[in-house]
Amino acid sequence: MSETNGTILSVNNLKTYFQTEDGVVKAVDGITFELKKGETLGIVGESGSGKSVTNLSVMRLIPEPPGKIVDGDIIFNGIDVRKLSIDEVRKIRGKRMAMIFQDPMTSLNPFLKISTQLMEVTQLHLGHSKQQAYEHAIKMLQTVGIPDAKSRLDGYPHEFSGGMRQRVMIAMALSCDPELLIADEPTTALDVTIQAQILELIKDLKTRMGTSVILITHDLGVVAGMTEKIIVMYAGKVFEQAPTKELFATPANPYTKGLLKSVPDPAHEEGTELYQIPGLPPDVAHLPPGCPFAERCERAEEICRVDYPPFVQINENHWSLCHFAKEVYAESQAHHVK
Amino acid sequence: MLSFIIRRLLLVIPMALLVVTVTWTLVRLAPGSFYSGEKTLPPAIEANIKKKYGLDKHWLEQYGLMMLNIIRLDFGDSLKYPDRNVNQIIRDHFPYSATVGILAYLLALALGLTAGIVAALKQNSAFDYGSMTFAMLGLSVPNFVLGPILVSVFSLTLYMFPPARFGGFMSLVLPVITLSAIYMAYIARLTRAGMLEVMRSDYIRTARAKGLSEKTVLLKHGLRGGIIPVVSFTGPALASLLAGTVVVEKVFAIPGLGNIFIQSVLNRDEPLILGIVAFLSILIMLFNLAVDISYGFLDPRIRYE
Repeated sequence: MSETNGTILSVNNLKTYFQTEDGVVKAVDGITFELKKGETLGIVGESGSGKSVTNLSVMRLIPEPPGKIVDGDIIFNGIDVRKLSIDEVRKIRGKRMAMIFQDPMTSLNPFLKISTQLMEVTQLHLGHSKQQAYEHAIKMLQTVGIPDAKSRLDGYPHEFSGGMRQRVMIAMALSCDPELLIADEPTTALDVTIQAQILELIKDLKTRMGTSVILITHDLGVVAGMTEKIIVMYAGKVFEQAPTKELFATPANPYTKGLLKSVPDPAHEEGTELYQIPGLPPDVAHLPPGCPFAERCERAEEICRVDYPPFVQINENHWSLCHFAKEVYAESQAHHVK
Repeated sequence: MLSFIIRRLLLVIPMALLVVTVTWTLVRLAPGSFYSGEKTLPPAIEANIKKKYGLDKHWLEQYGLMMLNIIRLDFGDSLKYPDRNVNQIIRDHFPYSATVGILAYLLALALGLTAGIVAALKQNSAFDYGSMTFAMLGLSVPNFVLGPILVSVFSLTLYMFPPARFGGFMSLVLPVITLSAIYMAYIARLTRAGMLEVMRSDYIRTARAKGLSEKTVLLKHGLRGGIIPVVSFTGPALASLLAGTVVVEKVFAIPGLGNIFIQSVLNRDEPLILGIVAFLSILIMLFNLAVDISYGFLDPRIRYE
């Protein structure tokens, strides 16, 4: 392996645009982040903020056309993913970086047996014979906690419950022991008790196998206990980036504060309304000149609507895209100390 | 599965009888009869004819006798060709229709599926636009136009194929192409639409994320779901191809069943009409059953009990 200083993935100024009839949609517009070996990174944001597109770009799974990675570097273990031919990308996909998707109901092929879908990965990447792949598939199903793995292997996806299907997806993704696992809203389509089980499973497997994980979600509750650091995305931009603890304690961006305030709290007083950020995410095809969040921001001032905000460094690992980042941070600190 | 098939097969009998009943009613409700011509017959002769063919009996009795024959699969004698019975006519002419029909079906399937899959894979490419324009043409040009055009170009100008008369492989080429054109076009469009939809689905993204080659993604993961709409179309398509088409049989002088069928209606040849209707309706129901069974093989979520 090349010199990477323990960095498994570094994304630098990534820009992925989509050509639509409505104009160019800048789904991801200058994203930069780094993931160290064994680390878990959370990417948080509302629908359409560019979380999924960021990660599909990393896997080079953006449908082209209409999409295109127009700029930036994606360095995976020292390999410049953008410069690889599609055949070289295929050698990495599923083997060294794997992905699990939001909806396990539609992400497994309904026409093929679970065994076929599991076995084809290791047959392709690890050169397994049928027998080896079959045994490996059983082992993987056991690893993800599917009881009676051997007989379930012959089943079809529709014979599995939602939670079990997501376990199969995870087994499939981890079949070749990848260095990077991207989990795109892995629990969104599942009910709450199953959510906890799946998250626990990912956490457990990650420590056992030493996989680095990117966890995409719109649920701050999910990332809180899972990640070391968090990126908050809005309108294709990184709005705030910080270690998880710090982000929750002292957010330096009004958008993050809004997100945190809208998480339901069990201690919440009955009768009072749950906070929600006013308005809707902007149309990324027609962004206003100033801060994309200005229209919905409680503390927006004139400058926010006119000038694009700077990416302010609060401390070594904490960044925020806001004209008033330092002020917001100071307020959070004051509030936190109280 | 077996009990499903048996139940469906048993259902064919009442369905066929129902179709025959409706047909019989329609034939009887239409004014005129097989013996009526431009001249009105003297009443005595008419009474004799009625007596000979049992038309003087009460209609309920006539219906009963007709049904009894149908159930015994004996459709009686043709009124127009008294020396041949209906079963024999079907047996003589159906093979011609079937030969042309099956070949047309296979051609439509082979070319239609290929064109559709490639067009979907290379969406918005020159091939896609080209083949879909061609398919649109195939759908829009009626076979009574296509047939004569093919004859005048390939038979009368280039002398490559015989213009008419049935005999040997060469004589089959033009009628098969003419007959299959519209089905080929339809299958190509269905395949393209089906494949495009499937290739956008989540599980195809999963397959790509596994690092599978585009060929594997397409053939192993995409094809089955993509061709399901085609399968539902091909059952009825095969039935109507086998039934023969009047136009193609007329243009290429093929002694098939389609022509006989139309003639029987014009002649008010009741036994022949009912015989062919019963035969074709059974054929169509059997093909539909075959399609339903093949769904079960294509899509594991479909189970028959």
